[in-house]
Amino acid sequence: MPTIDKTMDAAAVVSRLRSGMTLGIGGWGPRRKPMALVREILRSDLKDLTLVSYGGPDVGMLCAAGKVKKLIFAFVSLDEIPLEPWFRKSREAGAIEVLELDEGMFQWGLKAAAFSVPFLPTRVGLGTDLLELGGLETVTSPYGDGEVLVAMPALKLDAALIHVHRADRRGNVQALGPDTYYDEWFAKAADECFVSCEELVDAMEASYPQDVRANLFERCFVTGVAETPGGAYPTTMPPAYGWDTGWLKKYAAAAKDPGDWSAVAEWAVGASEADYLATVGGPEGVAALPLPVF
Amino acid sequence: MGVSLAELCIVACAEAFRTSREIIATGIGPIPRLGAGLAKLTHSPGLMMTDGEAFLVEQPVPLGAQGEERPAPAGYLPFSRFFDSAVWTGRRHAMVTPTQIDRFGQTNLSALGGTHAQPKVQMLGARGFPGNGIYHPNSMFIPVHSTRVFVAGEVDRVSSPGYNPARRLPGGNYSGIDLRRIVTDLCVMDFGGPDHAIRVTSLHPGVTFAQVREATGFELIDTVEGETPLPGEEQLALIARLDPNGVRARVFKDNPPAERGAS
Repeated sequence: MPTIDKTMDAAAVVSRLRSGMTLGIGGWGPRRKPMALVREILRSDLKDLTLVSYGGPDVGMLCAAGKVKKLIFAFVSLDEIPLEPWFRKSREAGAIEVLELDEGMFQWGLKAAAFSVPFLPTRVGLGTDLLELGGLETVTSPYGDGEVLVAMPALKLDAALIHVHRADRRGNVQALGPDTYYDEWFAKAADECFVSCEELVDAMEASYPQDVRANLFERCFVTGVAETPGGAYPTTMPPAYGWDTGWLKKYAAAAKDPGDWSAVAEWAVGASEADYLATVGGPEGVAALPLPVF
Repeated sequence: MGVSLAELCIVACAEAFRTSREIIATGIGPIPRLGAGLAKLTHSPGLMMTDGEAFLVEQPVPLGAQGEERPAPAGYLPFSRFFDSAVWTGRRHAMVTPTQIDRFGQTNLSALGGTHAQPKVQMLGARGFPGNGIYHPNSMFIPVHSTRVFVAGEVDRVSSPGYNPARRLPGGNYSGIDLRRIVTDLCVMDFGGPDHAIRVTSLHPGVTFAQVREATGFELIDTVEGETPLPGEEQLALIARLDPNGVRARVFKDNPPAERGAS
């Protein structure tokens, strides 16, 4: 029987992306972000990206590096540091276009894309500035009620990037944390979905069949799989490891003083992922980071 | 030690959450969170709340609790089903701290000044405010009552909807907009005036209506019936249990007493 093998390395994932693409990034704020893949983009020539993200340091770093043409977002935050300083700088310099959404509208737009419909109706956005500023249109119910609703447009993604705990060569994935956010819908809204993982196994059924309910989405939605231990660092990856508060503070402070991204990128991105991870304690050091307390 | 302003505000926040329904209580920040916990443990046992991450707990998680101190989960409410379960079904009451509020109850969490293309100050983004506002009850906690928060005219960006007739589309359903209570360091307000105008319903001990009016950028209706009630012994004991490390003492500058002028 011929087998399916979707494994590739992070550089190969990035080689499949193009400047100008619309890129969805899974996770939520500083939680379970595919940071190894984001760092690989930061090491590449990609530019003019439209990012679709529940934003954390992924958005801040890509904005700081001048990779972003447009951002589709509901918030950008580092949680303990509520305002993402590099994102703020980009916005206050007028350097990026934005489509600002509500968190719920955002996932609704991903669902519209997943189901190949042009929009999904919602009350969310009524009475706010989001409609006019975002150019969002309304639609009238064709049934007797005649209700006027916001037509949340599909957020179609050229590619999605997602980080999970485990994947196998065929693209069966498992995310073990308490929350999967909207990663499922990023995967389904995208033409191609690339998944990085803490651990790559040959066959999920041989290694972790007991955890199969952690399978976030079916493998038909997975284009490529890259093994990147510590790949969510510096964001939190429960139950494996927590975010790195010290790193996030240093990164946030650097936006003010000296505020020069190219200098920051030397320690925040590095020349290669292996070199970079070694500077923050290697995969073992990352695995030892305590989980945040809420 | 006397009762602090923080403890007075926690009780006022708890009162905002009073309900006979089974809904999610979300208090963002220490005072609203302690208020939600206090409400659940006293007058509103139907309230449900999370552990701050993804699990529902039947005992509020004390601030800073770790390991064994954390209550065991009884249910599951991750972000991945938050809109399906809590927000878009109206089964939630959130108490938040927006950057600006106007006389219509519209709030701003997005940006200040400048233009949409280039704001003077970029803030968090609209987060879930538009959905919260159109679907479920909301209250607010404002630690520094000032004209910078309670602005004249409209907020710079409308992140959550209010009672502004100029922003209502014909045919839109706004019946879910339900703004309840605003608790500040000076007073308690509600939206019970004509056309949901904001009223001052109680003043904290030692505060005058003139002081509140001075610190507010729009007209207020005076329906003050007395002082905001001080916490009782049982409430104080519960607050101490929910905040064993005294985080509440750091919310207001110098942790003032509940009764102004006393010390």
